[in-house]
Amino acid sequence: MLSRMHILICGGKDCLSSHSKELRDEFHLVLSELNLLDEVRLVMAGCFGLCSQGPIVVMTPGETFYSHVTVADIREICEEHVVKGNIVERLLIKEPIDKAKIKNYSQLKFYDRQRRIALRNCGQINPTDINEYIARDGYLALGKVLSTMSPAEVVAEMKKSGLRGRGGAGFSTGQKWEFAAKSVDDVKYVICNADEGDPGAFMDRSVLEGDPHSVLEAMAICGYGIGSHQGYIYVRAEYPIAVERLNNAIKQARELRLLGKNIFSSGFAFDIELRLGAGAFVCGEETALMASIEGNRGMPRLKPPFPAVKGLWGHPTNVNNVETFANVPAIFLKGADWFKAIGTEKSSGTKVFALGGKIANTGLVEIPMGTTLREVIFDIGGGIPNHRKFKAVQTGGPSGGCITEAALDTPIDFDSLVAMGSMMGSGGMIVMDEDNCMVDVARFYLDFTVDESCGKCTPCREGTRRMLDILNKICAGNGTLEDLDLLESIANMVKDSSLCALGQSAPNPVLSTLTHFRDEYIAHVVDKVCPAGVCSNLTNYTITDKCIGCTKCAKNCPVSAISGTVKQQHVIDLSKCIRCGACKKACPVNAISSKPLPKEENK
Amino acid sequence: MDNYVSVFIDGKPIAVPAGTSVLKAADMAGVRIPRLCFLKGIHEEGNCRVCVVKIEGQRGLKPSCRTIVTDGMSIITDNKEIYDSVSTNLEMLAGNHKFECWKCSRETSCEFLDLLRRFSVDNRFSEDGYKHKEIRINDTSKAIVIDSSKCVMCGRCVSACEKYTGLGILNFNQRGSKTFVGPAQFHSLEDAGCIYCGKCIQSCPTGAIHEKDEIKSLERVFRDKSKTVVVQVAPAVRAALGEEFGYKIGSNVEGQMFAALKALGIHEIIDTNFAADLTIMEEGTEFINRLKNGGVLPMFTSCSPGWINYIETYYPEYLDNLSTCKSPQQMAGALIKTYYSDKLGVKPQDIVSVSIMPCIAKKAEARRPEMGRENYRDVDIVLTTRELARLIRHRGIAFAELEPIKPFGKLAEYTGAAPIFGATGGVMEAALRTVTEILEGHSTPVEFTEVRGLDDIKEATYKVAGIDVNVAVVHGGRAIKTFLEMMKKGEKQYHFVEFMGCTGGCVNGGGQPIINAYTQEKVDVRALRAKVLYNIDANTPFRKSHESEAIKAIYTDFLGEPNSHKAHELLHTSYEKRGFYSK
Repeated sequence: MLSRMHILICGGKDCLSSHSKELRDEFHLVLSELNLLDEVRLVMAGCFGLCSQGPIVVMTPGETFYSHVTVADIREICEEHVVKGNIVERLLIKEPIDKAKIKNYSQLKFYDRQRRIALRNCGQINPTDINEYIARDGYLALGKVLSTMSPAEVVAEMKKSGLRGRGGAGFSTGQKWEFAAKSVDDVKYVICNADEGDPGAFMDRSVLEGDPHSVLEAMAICGYGIGSHQGYIYVRAEYPIAVERLNNAIKQARELRLLGKNIFSSGFAFDIELRLGAGAFVCGEETALMASIEGNRGMPRLKPPFPAVKGLWGHPTNVNNVETFANVPAIFLKGADWFKAIGTEKSSGTKVFALGGKIANTGLVEIPMGTTLREVIFDIGGGIPNHRKFKAVQTGGPSGGCITEAALDTPIDFDSLVAMGSMMGSGGMIVMDEDNCMVDVARFYLDFTVDESCGKCTPCREGTRRMLDILNKICAGNGTLEDLDLLESIANMVKDSSLCALGQSAPNPVLSTLTHFRDEYIAHVVDKVCPAGVCSNLTNYTITDKCIGCTKCAKNCPVSAISGTVKQQHVIDLSKCIRCGACKKACPVNAISSKPLPKEENK
Repeated sequence: MDNYVSVFIDGKPIAVPAGTSVLKAADMAGVRIPRLCFLKGIHEEGNCRVCVVKIEGQRGLKPSCRTIVTDGMSIITDNKEIYDSVSTNLEMLAGNHKFECWKCSRETSCEFLDLLRRFSVDNRFSEDGYKHKEIRINDTSKAIVIDSSKCVMCGRCVSACEKYTGLGILNFNQRGSKTFVGPAQFHSLEDAGCIYCGKCIQSCPTGAIHEKDEIKSLERVFRDKSKTVVVQVAPAVRAALGEEFGYKIGSNVEGQMFAALKALGIHEIIDTNFAADLTIMEEGTEFINRLKNGGVLPMFTSCSPGWINYIETYYPEYLDNLSTCKSPQQMAGALIKTYYSDKLGVKPQDIVSVSIMPCIAKKAEARRPEMGRENYRDVDIVLTTRELARLIRHRGIAFAELEPIKPFGKLAEYTGAAPIFGATGGVMEAALRTVTEILEGHSTPVEFTEVRGLDDIKEATYKVAGIDVNVAVVHGGRAIKTFLEMMKKGEKQYHFVEFMGCTGGCVNGGGQPIINAYTQEKVDVRALRAKVLYNIDANTPFRKSHESEAIKAIYTDFLGEPNSHKAHELLHTSYEKRGFYSK
């Protein structure tokens, strides 16, 4: 039955953890009371991307975008918006800077500059219903491929599109398919790498949870192109919703014979099974991933031989990540030329970034390649909150580098990020402001890779750990200038001689901060001060005359070290201060600074 | 020259076969690239990053062991970048290595130490005194100690265990800088199903896995006036001990070996070879009985304790096929504490029975509860060939200058059938020499060359007294599995099968001198050492066990006849199924 109105409730992981399921239950209850269930369709959709505004509810027609919706708001939405057609103004999303209320969601600056290909169905359909995917031309690309194209044409079209792998190094997807297609073997495999492990990155999760069929369809197209009949999705066990929706999607696709034998009566057979990863970051590396599927310890091996020649169980294997696959059906529906026209010459299409850190709109954004970092951070991302100053942006997950203000106007693509000492990686984008200590940032990322190193090769196993020791020493105030040299030399050695990409890129956060923020390192080791006031051994907070006496700092101080009267400048008692930084975070006028004390007091 | 490619090693052109690794190509050009984790055919993972080279036009440094040459490739094997990278890598390994060189089992054969010297490695990290690894020492087994504090994480032992034995007892636990090698969850080796073949020890470049050291126990015994030390030496020891003192691989040092034992202060020296001859009498008789009286066939040999561990753990359904004979070590031990004790006029409790073995599993075998009686063990202390060498060195005995001697006493005499026990196929050949002669009732040939050599599985059929006797010889854990699975599925009726836990047999036992990875590439140690034993055999006047006067004498004096009640009591044993990961 047709419905006069759709209510889309975000079922992404952020909104789900803000109880969006309870919103749906409440909607159901109220709508049934109002006897409207026949007219209005409730959809638990995939992620809308604007996670900082969740839970999100979108009403169509009209694309009214309600943010921070609670159970208590549901009755009003139903009675006002659904029954009378009156928009509930107070729930409308506001732009982060000018606080303008936005009625129609395409007017939001956050969405305005985005171009959604990989995320095209996320937030638009019910991911647990294959018919909703089909209604949006789902499986049409597979049908087109199987009925009108030869495998060689599929590979050629893929090459022509210029799509590059969205999971890390940005290798040409078409070339990868071509290598696998050229390997002669009766048994070949297609693997979807869904072992998304970068801290803060969740685009793959959003696709798997919000649009699982796009991955299944793409894998089948790839299977046809390279001559494979079996696919595996290696997905993290920590993504239970994705696993559940994938299993459901595979079941539905099999029922409709979109997977299995003789798909679209073409004689082509393809099936997909899930394999769950146990949460090792290194299993995102394709050879380690395959070792894990084979039941071995997830450790990378040297390439060559490449998986396209000798992969899973020794057979030619094509491995692509989730986002890469999510682009594939659209490319085959609209053609390689359409896709090639988007983005830059050498990096066609779009890229999804997970915006995080010191930025107003945290969430997922999909932008055409060639968009500048400034546009992403300030236009789409809404800029830095709390009037803080931008310091750096870190891209590419734990293995990426930090990019400074000077490079903000560089158009983003695979090659430009590498040229800036960072990388695309899976698309993490963490924004840092003046309150971030870059030494601490390097330490944070290294801490991650130290834990996630598989332990196989010496440089990564021993080198990352030694680097972390040195960073800990620097942050504790015990570093020397010699330590900086040693740090840099180990970092270069690890980068040059590690076995896999994890080790080769692990020093990036250290090397890029050493290059761009050497003064901060020097401040730590020579002046014994942390300019951002993060490293507690090297920080002494003082309240400057900018203080308006609002008392927020005193209220937030956990050890009552701040005193002062209302509307008067406050004072910190350094003998009580534990250097937690709570006052600095609380201050609305940035009046708390961390300056070095005179030498004698610093003892 | 279609299958050849031209490459430049440090600027010098050389043509090498296509598919050659850079490491090998450099070897061919006379450039020895340093290496740590590389163990040809066993561990070629390229993870230590010590063998890195610069390939012109390529980013970073490449592991030469795993980089395949391409035509025109220009390879730089040594420059400042490589030197710094390798020495920093080694320094970081050193920073996580516990240096106890004076008490290390690898005092003269540490490949890691050689590299540290070669690169004049600094010791900045170690001076910090901070080790990242939690020191884990797995000392719960009867024979092998895993000491993670010395491990350099090359992974050679992990691959050796998998590839030599097919068991994969060892693997990596944890990850990152906390990674350590051991059985899953650091279970005891015994519970993990280890057979104590010691291939892991032979693969280790340093002292992270070693036999349970018993040198100190022996040194204490030497100083106890109330004890009489009786030592037996296994056949394979004399074929390898010289390597510890600079002799070429494949030198027979039997005379110096006995002289060194005498110099250590041991007066009662017997030869396990004697017990090997005795084994043939017992095992041969047992086989003839099984053949004639419809006993369980095929009969499996039982001299290799590594193999006994294997079958008890993994194929207990075949325990009835095992000969009930004890191994020569335990036969000799039983005689030392009974027959020999009487001859010496010393109470068995006051005799310390020491054996020098090429084997790790022998240490565990000597501790089996059934291998002794009335509160004393038949074999009290088992030293490996390596431990004996260390003891000789520690005492300052100039091995090479010793005048060769022969031990005195009847339990040191042997026929040519005995020393070949130390090589794969030797037990079978020795048995066939005696069994065929007894069954045929007349003189039969001495040599059965079909069962010699290094093929994993050797098969032969001999017509004996009108019966086609099918024999097989199997060595190394991996081949054992292959053979038993084949036998299970196949139709062929085997009559007699020799099994040894180590590939090559005892000459390549886990307790033998360690040959570094580089030398292992160049020569087959198994063949060179086996040749020593076959030479001894060829030059011995009597070559069939039953021709030995000493053997005849012990049956007349003491045991009666083969498989007699007394022989059963002292020289035979029983086996039991054992579980793994059951605790």
